[in-house]
Amino acid sequence: MRSKALGGALAGLAAMALTLGLTALGSAQDGGGSGEAEIERYRKMIDDPMANPGYLNVDRGEALWAEARGEKKVSLETCDLGEGPGALEGAYAKLPRYFQDADQVMDLEQRLLWCMEKVQAFDTKAIKAKPFSGPGRGSDMEDLVAFIANKSNDMKIEAPLSHPKEQEAYKLGEALFFRRSAVMDFSCATCHGEAGKRIRLQGLPQLDRPGPTAQATMATWPTYRVSQSATRTMQHRLWDCYRQMRMPAPDYASEAITAVTLYLNKNAEGGELKVPSIKR
Amino acid sequence: MKRAILALGVALFSAPVFAAEDGPAIDPARVEKAVTSSFTTLPEGWDARLKQDDAQRICSETRNQPSEEQADKIVAAEKAKVKFPADGVLGDWKAGEKVAQNGRGFQFSDPAGTEAGGNCYSCHQLDPKEVSYGTLGPSLKGYGKAMKFSDDAAKAAYAKIFDAQSVLACSNMPRFGPNHVLTEKQIKDVTAYLFDPQSPVNK
Repeated sequence: MRSKALGGALAGLAAMALTLGLTALGSAQDGGGSGEAEIERYRKMIDDPMANPGYLNVDRGEALWAEARGEKKVSLETCDLGEGPGALEGAYAKLPRYFQDADQVMDLEQRLLWCMEKVQAFDTKAIKAKPFSGPGRGSDMEDLVAFIANKSNDMKIEAPLSHPKEQEAYKLGEALFFRRSAVMDFSCATCHGEAGKRIRLQGLPQLDRPGPTAQATMATWPTYRVSQSATRTMQHRLWDCYRQMRMPAPDYASEAITAVTLYLNKNAEGGELKVPSIKR
Repeated sequence: MKRAILALGVALFSAPVFAAEDGPAIDPARVEKAVTSSFTTLPEGWDARLKQDDAQRICSETRNQPSEEQADKIVAAEKAKVKFPADGVLGDWKAGEKVAQNGRGFQFSDPAGTEAGGNCYSCHQLDPKEVSYGTLGPSLKGYGKAMKFSDDAAKAAYAKIFDAQSVLACSNMPRFGPNHVLTEKQIKDVTAYLFDPQSPVNK
């Protein structure tokens, strides 16, 4: 509802927000002693849902969810995201979770691929090869995730880990979070294992324990990244983290990414979703 | 019977809340299997990045809190890797500043042939005029001056930059020398950035 009303007015406002935003960031980097204050000012400026282009993805995702596709020429509307076939309200707040039909713990993106394949008989090869949007290329996954995650807005993140496979995935995610590897010896914990630290001027959320920083982080993905002019999902965020850790690119919708996401969501339980958000 | 049903009911409704410390620790082999199956698109020569050496494995398993015995073993092994340059540890501080500022290299997004930097400013304050510095590591503002520009301190700094774990087991800092992230010349230049009296770090 809200997203549709927003759609038309967005483009101009978004362009304005971008121009203002980038100017503010530029001056923050150029100096003076008030870098932190400038960045805070910039954050406030972009934190306006009326100027959030991520809601364009929400609109596109809504249309795509209802579009007949694949060999079976049916929509995704019978896809079970954990709350029953077609039930979208609150589904994202409880993902990743165990799915009996797949006998696997899945995040939203894995589950959507599964539904495309099983429900629609849609060939997902092209999506898996290029899951993220780029210059001149949209992303079905970014659209669908924005739409579905938005249906959990104002709801709290839950990760009860009631199935043994969810508990195993959590333990796996935890081990991966602390696993140091590659030429720089980095793990997730290198940057996200302490409170109040930063890289250059970028503040780093502490994610290795339950608390407000983990909640604030996980409750704001997917997000519209102003610096990338794109709505990004948690799959993309972790892909980008592994890039900075000097690891190879993780496979899209792989077990490791889902496990780390579940570990982070457990630490973020109770965080109230506000998505798509907007970030630098 | 009734009591048994009641008990079952209670068990169902008070679904166990899984606490982080619950359940068995995960088998390390299971973790490695997940890594292998989740990173399958490897550029040539990148498969080594998935595998852990002894220091990485111990530091991961102990969350960077190795036992005394493990720490001694790591420091001894890493110390043996440190090679000092024949012509002294101090290079060109201006070149060192570029290395300290440069955060590129070894990322899958970097074009082939990208010169790697030391990424020092991501974690450390150095030149007091540079406002964009990170705080994961200690501030090194005025470091050489504070060390009275001593030769021994410069040599120790070279060793630390070359292989941080030759000094402190499970340090968060990368091992730039043995992992071939930086060349001997680059490490000399960064050492000079810390220790040259003309370097802005010491102004």
